[in-house]
Amino acid sequence: MIKLVPRTKKSPIISAIIPILAVGLTMIFGGILFWILGKDPFETIRMIFWDPLMNETFADYARPQILVKAAPLILIAIGLSFGFRANIWNIGAEGQFIMGAIFSGALGLAFYPQESVLLFPLMIFFGVIGGVFWASIPALLRTYFNTNEILVSLMLVYVAEQVLAAASIGFLRNPEGAGFPGSRNLSQYPSAANLEIISGSGIHWGVATAFVSVIFFYILLYKHKFGFQVSLSGMSPKAARLSGVNPRLLVILCLALSGGLAGLAGMFELTGPAGQITIDFNVGYGFTAIIVAFLGRLNPIGILFSGMLMALTYVGGELTQFMLNLPAAAIQVFQGMLLFFLLSMDLLVNYKIKLARF
Amino acid sequence: MDFSSIDPVILIASLIVASTPILLAATGELIVEKSGVLNLGVEGMMIIGAISGFIVCVELNSPLLGLIGAALGGGFLSIVFGIVTQVLRANQVASGLALTMFGLGLASLLGHSYTGIKPPYLSTPDIPFFSEIPILGKILFQHDFVVYFSIISVCLVWYFFRATRFGLIIKAIGENQDSAHALGYNVIKTRILTIFIGGCFAGLAGGYLSLVRVPQWTEGMTAGAGWIALALVVFSSWKPLRLFVGAYIFGGFTILQLNLQAIGIELSVALLSMTPYIVTIIALVIISSSKKQGGSSTPGSLGKVFMEAQ
Repeated sequence: MIKLVPRTKKSPIISAIIPILAVGLTMIFGGILFWILGKDPFETIRMIFWDPLMNETFADYARPQILVKAAPLILIAIGLSFGFRANIWNIGAEGQFIMGAIFSGALGLAFYPQESVLLFPLMIFFGVIGGVFWASIPALLRTYFNTNEILVSLMLVYVAEQVLAAASIGFLRNPEGAGFPGSRNLSQYPSAANLEIISGSGIHWGVATAFVSVIFFYILLYKHKFGFQVSLSGMSPKAARLSGVNPRLLVILCLALSGGLAGLAGMFELTGPAGQITIDFNVGYGFTAIIVAFLGRLNPIGILFSGMLMALTYVGGELTQFMLNLPAAAIQVFQGMLLFFLLSMDLLVNYKIKLARF
Repeated sequence: MDFSSIDPVILIASLIVASTPILLAATGELIVEKSGVLNLGVEGMMIIGAISGFIVCVELNSPLLGLIGAALGGGFLSIVFGIVTQVLRANQVASGLALTMFGLGLASLLGHSYTGIKPPYLSTPDIPFFSEIPILGKILFQHDFVVYFSIISVCLVWYFFRATRFGLIIKAIGENQDSAHALGYNVIKTRILTIFIGGCFAGLAGGYLSLVRVPQWTEGMTAGAGWIALALVVFSSWKPLRLFVGAYIFGGFTILQLNLQAIGIELSVALLSMTPYIVTIIALVIISSSKKQGGSSTPGSLGKVFMEAQ
């Protein structure tokens, strides 16, 4: 008979090993999935995890792409991780990402075609405002009306998608675009473009910001009172209240933080890799970032690695689509599996497994 | 613009059809939440139901078997959630999200070669006499049997939690898992059972979408209906009969905005398309603000991990 005995102290080593084990298990079960789909499992796994980094033909393109895709995932996931630690569930980062892009894009387009060094920083500011604004709706509704933030933030993703559609066919459409949907290309507007800092490396301003954020939020989480209050609220809301944490303020701050970072990610995505506002501008980074946050153990440095890994599966996934004709959804299943294995194996962090005699 | 082209009788009849998927999914989720489990994976189970039902229906050429396949598809997926949260004691919120993401991915993978096919038609039973009543007959008695099933099952669930022994046991487990355990009820087994039933309902809801309501398979076709069903459970304050109110309000707005789009009202399509979601948010705000803090209608152990005392 197997018995679970709660651990009195969580082991940091087990906590760090579990994500690696989960990735391993996902590779095995993912391999079985690819085999069922009629592909060579070893070749597919190699193409997802190894070729984007090491294959001579693909690496020149794929390595920068990993950074480009990791940046929004890392930024959004760091923001989400604070809330998740305190049991504040913002699952609408996708919507905040869209609103950040729309706010900053609208500002940039309003000034087109004037050139100024101030425009890009101002657009960054507007991107953050857009995300904070969208996240403040569930935050205020939860603090003042006790409304469930999970459902409200998620509903707002669908609303944001409609705003995005209206923007790309209506109020932000390129007047010189021959009536096609989509805004002007901001990556070709020098003052607004989010260019590569080092040419060919993939490192644009968003990537740089993501790296800086990892350090900044690591310090905020572990060395600052705010980080302590967030973690304490998650472990014991009662203890947090007694130690002077204002739960309402915490909800607002955590949602604003995650919304702001998601909006920021949206701004960098719009002005760089995407270039323009289109109906299909958002590709699900806001949802994948939830997996990234958990895989990184809600820790900024862990999120740095998990963000890179998840970006690798995106780039490798594209490669398998292109080379092996694997459906795009297979990678989505793969990512979903990863989260399941991870959550299931958390059991080992909290419990010891003992074989008990009858 | 011509408002006279909107026939109120057809409007109400189609409102009932439009509400059926979310009513079904919400009924299932209500059973799950009554037992103290929060399964946020309704959207994922629905879309798996939509595609598995569609595949069964097209391959076996039978809408009825398709609907059964849809329910079983959703049910099987929910078992994954049941094992992860009940046996492996994982966080329910995160596991529910994982279920949704996994389900959406798996559904588009399975549905890869089924886009653009038209499924066989689900016939509506002929109800003599009643269906010929003017107005009321058209609104109430000319639907397919899933619509009747959804209405009857809400009533049965109401009776089940009110007057049957097993219903009361489930409620006890949801209210206070430790006391229920101390009384000798098997918390984990009961919860896995309710999760499975909830999954079947969600799957059937998805199957109804892809086989009757649309009827076609398109990627991401649930479009948030699973989340709206979750909101509906909160809106109903966990009281089964109130699900009707919420579902029909929601269905009403969906149908109304579609009709307004069709007649070309001077309002942007985007604005109309976002109304169902905004209405859901407003409904949630109204219901949550009118409840006292920590309202007693929420099952006491909702979302909590059950740990057997050592």
